[in-house]
Amino acid sequence: MTAISSNTDLHIRHIHKSFGSKAVLRDLDVSIKSGEFVTLLGPSGCGKTTLLRIIGGFEKADKGEVALGEKIISNHSPNKRPVNTVFQSYALFPHLNVWENVAFGLRSKKIAESEIKTRVQEMMDIVQISDLTNEMPETLSGGQKQRVALARALINQPKILLLDEPLSALDANLRKNLQRELKTLQRKMDITFILVTHDQDEAIAVSDRILVMNGGKIEQDGSPEDVYEHPTSRFVATFIGEANILECKKESENKVQTPFGILEVEKTPNWENGGVAIRMEDIFVYDTRPEKKNVFPAHIQERIFRGDYWEFLMDLGHGVVLNVMTDPDEMYEPNTDIFLEFPKEYLQVLRD
Amino acid sequence: MYKKSSPLVIIISYIGIALLYIPLLFIALFSVNANRHGQTWGGFTFDWYVKLFSNDLVQQATLNSIILAVTSTIIATVFGTLLAIGIHRTPWNKKIRSFFDYSINIPVVTPDILMAIALVTVFGLFRTFLPCFEPGMLTLIISHVVFQLSFVVLVVLGRLSSIPKDQIEAARDLYATTSGAWFRVIFPQLLTGIIAGALLAFTLSLDDFIISFFVSGPTSQTLPLYIYGSLKRGISPEIHALSTLVITLTLGIMLLTLFYNQKKSKGRNK
Amino acid sequence: MTKSKYEVFEGKLTTRAHMQRTGSLLSAPGMLTLLVFLLLPIAGLVVLAFMQRGAYGVIDWTPSLENAKRLLGFSSFGWSSDNLLIIGRSLLLATVTTLLCIAIAFPMAFWIASHKPSTRALLLAFVMVPSCTNLVIRTYAWMLVLGAQMPPTWIARAIGILGETETLYPGQFAVYVGMVSSMLPFSILPLYTSVERLDWRIVEATKDLYASPLRSFRHGILSQMTIGIVSSIILTFVPSLGMYVVSDLLGGSKYMLIGNLIQQQFGAASDWPFGAMLGIVLILASVLSLALLQKISKGKSYV
Repeated sequence: MTAISSNTDLHIRHIHKSFGSKAVLRDLDVSIKSGEFVTLLGPSGCGKTTLLRIIGGFEKADKGEVALGEKIISNHSPNKRPVNTVFQSYALFPHLNVWENVAFGLRSKKIAESEIKTRVQEMMDIVQISDLTNEMPETLSGGQKQRVALARALINQPKILLLDEPLSALDANLRKNLQRELKTLQRKMDITFILVTHDQDEAIAVSDRILVMNGGKIEQDGSPEDVYEHPTSRFVATFIGEANILECKKESENKVQTPFGILEVEKTPNWENGGVAIRMEDIFVYDTRPEKKNVFPAHIQERIFRGDYWEFLMDLGHGVVLNVMTDPDEMYEPNTDIFLEFPKEYLQVLRD
Repeated sequence: MYKKSSPLVIIISYIGIALLYIPLLFIALFSVNANRHGQTWGGFTFDWYVKLFSNDLVQQATLNSIILAVTSTIIATVFGTLLAIGIHRTPWNKKIRSFFDYSINIPVVTPDILMAIALVTVFGLFRTFLPCFEPGMLTLIISHVVFQLSFVVLVVLGRLSSIPKDQIEAARDLYATTSGAWFRVIFPQLLTGIIAGALLAFTLSLDDFIISFFVSGPTSQTLPLYIYGSLKRGISPEIHALSTLVITLTLGIMLLTLFYNQKKSKGRNK
Repeated sequence: MTKSKYEVFEGKLTTRAHMQRTGSLLSAPGMLTLLVFLLLPIAGLVVLAFMQRGAYGVIDWTPSLENAKRLLGFSSFGWSSDNLLIIGRSLLLATVTTLLCIAIAFPMAFWIASHKPSTRALLLAFVMVPSCTNLVIRTYAWMLVLGAQMPPTWIARAIGILGETETLYPGQFAVYVGMVSSMLPFSILPLYTSVERLDWRIVEATKDLYASPLRSFRHGILSQMTIGIVSSIILTFVPSLGMYVVSDLLGGSKYMLIGNLIQQQFGAASDWPFGAMLGIVLILASVLSLALLQKISKGKSYV
């Protein structure tokens, strides 16, 4: 739609922020390229919303700076930044109808009436709310409000769009649809989107890049596949998807010792004692012992049907019980003995 | 849990309502009773209302009441709105905020007579070097503003608190200046609160008796004072008509406020 | 690590000091009015109470406890119970009025709450509106209604409560009718707020645990309504103390109350210091009630 120069990369340098005595962001340092769809993912209290607000200009960092391209914008008010925000509660102006809400930013900039007309109409078409022109916000459904909030922000052609948990108030089906729409919209408009959420499925679905945050720091920074398949820390492994964490001792290069045996891994751990993660669906089950590495006998303790898969509690002895997931047609009776394979490409050596 | 109440509860409730509304109904009834002494029914008439309009004292008192109510309402609404904004939109520390809250609430819980003598005292003091503080219109206006302020502030403050903070942030996100955000976003929503506060202040002023009694002078009789004086002197039936008119006016204003609020909130709840 | 004094307030980068300066400017007109004409004078009254009345009604600025003594009945003429009687009478009136009001307001609160929400709002408004009309007018109306040739008096005579020549007005009964009629809306509102917020599940729990209706009421309902009940009592009692007009008009001006006495001091008797001392009695009552409310509400988190 509009040509954006590469001078719109966002640089966040050594940001510190505390509220009272509580440190919320610690030495945060990251760069976001223009046109990326980045998600800040983490549990409540991890600082993701604070970071978003600092980018938007609603909070001021104690130390560090925010730069857009060459320009340092840390001290700019929100109304001086080419950044727009979709608020968590949408913050639509209740006394104005949809058209006036969408046009608000343009009116602030004193743009000519005729231009406003065209642009509002255009925007409302893109976001599919053209039939809501004269409605008041109180009569709109959650999904409709969300679109109005989007339109209201995007119409100002910002370099960056900030979204603060925009879909958290919507029900599951609506959320999935809107996730797809957000992704398409972002690709089409080629604007940097920065989304904050605590829902990992959402993050994986829409982002080009995920910043997993915890305790004011970025734990992992990577693509959805990266973060899902190769978590680098305990926190990321358990926060995203469901993983089994095996407590291991370093045995030698590429080998770790578990209570139930020795596993071959791909990466040499940099600790003496630490964790190795493997996802529930990455452990394979066999009736008879296969000719592979990392195979151990186990006893099926319990099974739970989860709709689209079976979940088994496998007892490997020595106090280790793991969760294993299989396809629905792969069924085993409880109390039988089977064999589990831990393929080494799925074993993630964590950094802690 | 819309359970039906027990019969006893219902009976007592109706007694309560009767206690509240019997006086009002009877006054209205008597105001159209042709019988002068009002104890028996003498026929329907509007005579007393007509007589009212030719009564000079009543006209003067009415004029005074209206001037007083309008002036004090305007002042109280302006001061009160500014005060509410000053309290709400400033980051005060806890102590100062408590101080504000206490001060605002004192007039609400103080018995009228206590306020009255406090006012009399301070006017007495000022009078020694500023003669304009003789009991009269000025002292009346000031006194009314004093007790109206709290109500205006509380109403406007309530309205302010219901505007979510992120709307102002959203306005700034959309390039509004501070005054722009104020005029385009906050003020339109605040207006209902300001009007409600003003109407409340107006009724309070019209109906005030005890405070007006203490601070008014011979040339500044208000309607309630006139009515009280008449009662003490002896009853003339125009009083019934006058009373009915005053009650109707007050009720009318309150009903107006109610319908205005209903209309506004009907759209709000979906 | 020193922070710069700038922070973002509602999207605007500014200093706390600047915001407070603006805030002070906005608050000034209103607060000054309150301070100069109400708050400081009330403090002044407390001081005045310990002064004396000089010759010709001028204030004698020598502090003394004369007025306090007079309050308790001691004067140059020996001890008289007059003042104490007046205070006692006012307290009695306020107390009985409060009890009667609560007795009626309590069921009414539940009755209003038993309707559906839209009706509730309407009923509540219906109940509050009469309190916005003129006190003098309403009291006068009761003078009429309870007069010699109206039904209530007839009924009372028929039942035998009144003698042939007596009337309901003027009299103590009339005074209480007038007082309750005026104060009832103020009793209802806090109680209603309490009832509306009741968690009925707690009541169900008491029943589930075999409680009798009385016990269920006490532990399930009353325990949740403590603040509402206390607020209601205070909002009825304190104003009733100062309410002398109703008694004046409906009681035939026979009995003096605190309000009458105060009015006298600021009028004919020209003894402002003593009037201020009487005012202190009222101030004490208000302050004590507020403190009581604070104390009770500290222990509870609901309402």
